[in-house]
Amino acid sequence: MAIIIDETKKVMIQGITGREGRARTRLMREFGTNVVGGCTPGKGGQEVEGIAVHDKVSEVIEATGGVDVSVVFVPARLVKSAAVEAIEAGVKLVMLVPDRVPLWDAMAIAECAAEHGAEFIGPNTLGVISPGRAVLGMIGGRAESARQWFNEPIKGRTVGVISRSGGMSSSCGYYLSRAGLGISTICHVGGDSVLGLTFPEVALKFQDDPETDAIVLFGEIGGSMEERLADLMASGKITKPVVAYIGGKAAKEGTRFSHAGAIIEGDRGTHAGKVKALTAAGAVVVDGFGDLPDAALSVFATKTSS
Amino acid sequence: MLGFPENSVARLHEYQGKTLLKQHGLEIPPGSVIRTPAEAAEICETLGGRVVIKIQAWVTGRKALGGVQFADSAEEAESAASVMLGMQFGHFPVQELLVEACVPIKHELFVSLTIDDAGRSPLLLLDCAGGSGIEDRAAGVARIPISVRDGIAPDAVKKVLLESDIPDEYHDGIVSAIVQIAETARDVEARSLEVNPLVVLEDGRVLAADCRITIDDYAVFRHPELGIEIARELDHPATMLERIAYKVEQDDHRGTFYFAQLPIEGHESSKGLVGFHGAGGGGSMMSMDAVSNEGFTLANFCDTSGNPSAAKVYRAARIILSQKGLQGYFGSGSGVASQEQFHSAYGLAKAFNEVGLSLPAVIRLGGNAEDRAVDILEDACRDLPATVEGYRKDDTPAFCAGRFTSLVQEDKGPHTSSDLQRAIPEWVGDQAEAFPIEGGHVWINTEACDAELTAKMIEWSSGLLRDDGSGAPELAVDEEEALKADSEFIACEIECLRAGRPVLFVDLPIEGIDQSAAAEGDA
Repeated sequence: MAIIIDETKKVMIQGITGREGRARTRLMREFGTNVVGGCTPGKGGQEVEGIAVHDKVSEVIEATGGVDVSVVFVPARLVKSAAVEAIEAGVKLVMLVPDRVPLWDAMAIAECAAEHGAEFIGPNTLGVISPGRAVLGMIGGRAESARQWFNEPIKGRTVGVISRSGGMSSSCGYYLSRAGLGISTICHVGGDSVLGLTFPEVALKFQDDPETDAIVLFGEIGGSMEERLADLMASGKITKPVVAYIGGKAAKEGTRFSHAGAIIEGDRGTHAGKVKALTAAGAVVVDGFGDLPDAALSVFATKTSS
Repeated sequence: MLGFPENSVARLHEYQGKTLLKQHGLEIPPGSVIRTPAEAAEICETLGGRVVIKIQAWVTGRKALGGVQFADSAEEAESAASVMLGMQFGHFPVQELLVEACVPIKHELFVSLTIDDAGRSPLLLLDCAGGSGIEDRAAGVARIPISVRDGIAPDAVKKVLLESDIPDEYHDGIVSAIVQIAETARDVEARSLEVNPLVVLEDGRVLAADCRITIDDYAVFRHPELGIEIARELDHPATMLERIAYKVEQDDHRGTFYFAQLPIEGHESSKGLVGFHGAGGGGSMMSMDAVSNEGFTLANFCDTSGNPSAAKVYRAARIILSQKGLQGYFGSGSGVASQEQFHSAYGLAKAFNEVGLSLPAVIRLGGNAEDRAVDILEDACRDLPATVEGYRKDDTPAFCAGRFTSLVQEDKGPHTSSDLQRAIPEWVGDQAEAFPIEGGHVWINTEACDAELTAKMIEWSSGLLRDDGSGAPELAVDEEEALKADSEFIACEIECLRAGRPVLFVDLPIEGIDQSAAAEGDA
């Protein structure tokens, strides 16, 4: 098992004829993703990587008998209309890769998704990867690197990774693999302030995944998702071990640190507050990022000995 | 245009926010923004009676800092204004004051629209007892979710008012003011909009007595009316270097470039000021923590990522090095970059060589092609006064930060070279061959070339050069194609340098820091 994506899920690409859409379609297929169709308004009838291109999402759904996920590669200002189109056409999971999507557009997408019972990931996500199975988006760069860097699940010592940073999703996966751990899925939730799936929702999916033994987080200052995850642990809804690193200890209040979501506002979203909440809920929080693999290993050592 | 000053970042001053609220129908106290003490006297005279004078600066607790003063006469206003206009908070010099008539207040309410990341929607915080001491009453603050499509529900606001001590006769006025606040936030795409306080006067009128608005910087492109030049959220007006950096990003969209100067008060008691160069949002923040943990003060935050061109990394490095008083240069990103790292190595090597770097530099270049990247950087910098060390993905940020500390401690200086000034080869000018690339020129000292070197240069430039038949290099592609090839030509420049044959120079003047090489040659 894995969460969010595996080789059985039918995936479509919005913006498949663009530079990114084209390149990523190829990489996703090389890694094992079942890409069944794509669309770009006005480009219906073309082919990309042997995949038929349609004008609309609804046409892709009709031609393929339904899709599970749509990955959106369109310019930031067009993301809202693309996402709403997919959700209204009945797609239940939409991934929004582009950076710099306006906040009020993201909130409008959230409103639409809630009304239709759909989920979305992003905006500003590098993607989700289930090693040995499939990838959504562009995590890991080349398929070859991704295979080298990330271990497939290993029975009894497999972690699920959730990160607010794209680059650090790969880093976490690499260092944890090197330490001898297996990876079920790595999910980059995105760097923005308003996101579809956040730590609590993804952690609940890992909690339900029999293959995942523990959860590793790369958190950051700003927002409330680390605190909300701590609440789930405290209330017993997350019982698997959680190991976390929180970036931004040295950050000052009021300045944004490249991720739109990474801003401390007043006393909200501070490093200290997040560390305290997670620690109190029973998570292992490391001070240096380099300590993350050992901390993850120690969780398994304790499990075996107990 | 609303006539806001040109250096606006995505955060608006009180008077600017009030102008927007007024446009949406909300009343504000009579007054005006001023920039000289004489103007303060004049406005005070016009308004008549008691006035309040407030600094226009993004600092918390303005009152406690002396940023809010009262005056009963033009003389008092003028003298208060002359003190207040001299204030400075970190990077923030006070340049504007708001002078307003004092109004007879009956009730104060705290109104704040924020973005609720948990609810994925705008959220209105409302406290009918006013804003003072709000931190201690957080639990009692009403939270009203707002629909992006339908706006705020007036009934939800009314329900909160009915439970308060505010008499019913004022409710309708307050409700419509709050609806106007929510509409303003949506129209300008605010990340936050706080009116603290919203006041009810004795005659029942409802006014915004203060206003703080932050615009979503991703939406700034849809709001030319706001005159926001720097679509960045900073806690101070953009500094000269931040403006220069922003221009660099706007002129070159390949990859991300983010640069912000940080408060450096008290850096004298730390291990020193560091020029910081990150790669990737999360990796940058993590690396910043690692070097801060060693006891250094960061002069700036910087992030070049998303497969940036060598020119972009070069310019970022030059801008970082333009800060005064640095003790060293620390670069590090996620450590497992999926992009090939040698473009960054070439860009850094070029910047370090041009300024004759004398500060120790530690750069963590982990990721694809990291061995090649580290080799390029260290070898190209071997003759510099500075020690430049490159590291890979298996070297932790903490280890690199520790290495940096050692180098800074061993460093005896002197840091004589001005790291602001770049050195341009003396052969650049009339005799050399030149062709344009985006934002600059490529110069080749063809007289110093021979067939053997030219053959190598063809390889180093990825085939963009060819032998002109006499053993000297010339452009092999049309000028159009050469324009965007800064990464290839910078690679060629650094490889020539490594071979001890510096015959090619990529001139990339940074507006606000450099003149072009040809102009400097003439001077």
